[in-house]
Amino acid sequence: MNALGTSETGATSAAKPTRPGWQTALIRPETMTFVLLIIGVIGASMLSPFFLDINYILRSFTLSAEIALVALVLTMVIIAGEIDLSAASNMALSACLFAFAQQAGIPMPIAIGIGLLAGLAMGGFNALMVVGLQLPSIIVTIGTLIAYRGLAQVIAGDKSIRVPDWFIGINNQMILGIPLPVVLFVLTSIVLGLVLSATIYGRQIYQVGTNEMAARHAGIRSKKIKVGLFLLLGLASAVAGLMTASRLGSVRYDIALGGELQMVLMAMLGGTYIFGGRGSILGTFLAAWLLVIVSTGMTVANLLPAVQLTVLGILLIVAIIATNFIYSRAQR
Amino acid sequence: MNAVRNILMRREAGIFVMIVLFCLAVGIAKPQFLTTNSLRIVLLLVPLIMIGAMGQMLVLVARHVDLSIGSILGLSAMVTGMMFRYHPEIWWPLGFAVSIGTGALLGLFNGTLVTVFKLPSIIVTLGTLNLFRGLTYIISNAKQIDRQYVPSALKAMSQTSPVFGIPWIIIIAFSVALLTYYFVMHTRVGRQIYALGSNPIAAPLRGIDVTRVTLLVFTISGALSGLAGIMYASRWGFVNPSNTGAGFEFQVIAAVVIGGVSINGGVGTVLGTVLGVLLLGCVSSALPLLGIPGTTQNAIYGSVIIIALIIDRTVRRQGISSIARRQA
Repeated sequence: MNALGTSETGATSAAKPTRPGWQTALIRPETMTFVLLIIGVIGASMLSPFFLDINYILRSFTLSAEIALVALVLTMVIIAGEIDLSAASNMALSACLFAFAQQAGIPMPIAIGIGLLAGLAMGGFNALMVVGLQLPSIIVTIGTLIAYRGLAQVIAGDKSIRVPDWFIGINNQMILGIPLPVVLFVLTSIVLGLVLSATIYGRQIYQVGTNEMAARHAGIRSKKIKVGLFLLLGLASAVAGLMTASRLGSVRYDIALGGELQMVLMAMLGGTYIFGGRGSILGTFLAAWLLVIVSTGMTVANLLPAVQLTVLGILLIVAIIATNFIYSRAQR
Repeated sequence: MNAVRNILMRREAGIFVMIVLFCLAVGIAKPQFLTTNSLRIVLLLVPLIMIGAMGQMLVLVARHVDLSIGSILGLSAMVTGMMFRYHPEIWWPLGFAVSIGTGALLGLFNGTLVTVFKLPSIIVTLGTLNLFRGLTYIISNAKQIDRQYVPSALKAMSQTSPVFGIPWIIIIAFSVALLTYYFVMHTRVGRQIYALGSNPIAAPLRGIDVTRVTLLVFTISGALSGLAGIMYASRWGFVNPSNTGAGFEFQVIAAVVIGGVSINGGVGTVLGTVLGVLLLGCVSSALPLLGIPGTTQNAIYGSVIIIALIIDRTVRRQGISSIARRQA
């Protein structure tokens, strides 16, 4: 018995020697995302000589910046062991409520406040169902995915609501030559990345996602953390909804339709582990750029949007298989 | 007395009462709702959802979910429609085999990803939802299959009837429900689905081949969505790459969850699912009559799913506490 025990520990220590730092860095999924990103840039610039223009890439990124922004927070939600598929619908409903309010003559600042509050409330509702009633987040957010989009359809009908002229064009605002949505995305990435990797709160998110029971026994208030994350996701969705409204100049109920695929895809491509506990903001940040490069590359290559849909679907499946594979091989 | 109480306590009785109350309430407001003609409208609304719901029920009982059924419906219908367009000489009932076969293959693909790579079904089927929809565009070159290509005998199936004026597609839908009932109640593998869903860890210890059962439920779900695909062509007479089957998964999940199938696996009956489908059918057919615009439909489906989840949660809590009382 004792001998067996010793040999077992012997085998484990033989199988898992401490890896040198460069190897640990190499087997991180973020590295894979980064390599793919470089391959993507090279591939796309081979398709078109005009592609490799930093302004063109930045302009293309503004089209996905809103969804990428939400994907950052979604990454944290998935690391905490939950998921939210309703964020894209939340974007639509927040934007519709905002547009409806300002059209009804409510002053703009208050209308914007209504939009943001609506996003928070939707996040709060998801939190109530998931944390309060302990229902599985995947099914709850499928329900709210349909319900929020449906409510947006009830409010806006099939018409589009115009927003005031001065509110239009966030994607044309430049800060140091970089479009404002891109600046917002980068700043949010830095802030959330620091929160997740360098604060106690961030470490607690990982612990909740790895083993909620153990985390609770260790004194981590997992419910509070999850409620906070759902609220933050709701707020981020509302901000993204308003940004979309500003970029498009009008609001329809089908804003960001199907956006949940892209959000989940960005998180998965960036190496976030679907079962929780692992992942990073850096990964999602890189994956967002990768996705923009891929879809812009496909547009440059004259692929039909439908083909792009297929490619995104395949990418999602390949990304989760690859991430699961990396994590099962390399225990970090 | 106890037997009566048991029947009344069952989830199905509750749904049945809800259907009756709902129909009476609408009937009082709009008397034309309680006519055989409107019954016919309800019955023509539900066959596709009913067939999809049987497959989704099995998937949910096995503790998975299939979000891709709407795209499977669309792709199967498109494959079949293209066969009709390019080979009109083919005997049209073969379309059923083609559509069901296509659906089964797509379902098997989902099942393989879920079992072989041990991936959560929700993410896999979110991916294939888009993948299959994209494939539909690619194979059809984004062109619709028009009415003239769909065989008139197939279109007639949703009009003509062998008995009592009940169209063929309604009979097919209820036959599928009966077959599913037999499958889950009287076959070994049917019971194994419940055992797997109620305790995935214990199931292999009890000799259940988890991979095989999981593959089977996804394949059945796909095959039934394929059947729903050709019935879509029968009912509407055309197949469109973008909207055929779009949103089908939501209607089906709403119906199944109302019908008392637990999203936590292991729980769900065919009768409950049928009643859930009928309740949803009654609600959908009453909306235009009550002057509620079609744009509210999605909001209603979504709210219905959430309400059903809350009910499910409360019922389950009470069930557990009553078992605890009995044991105490």
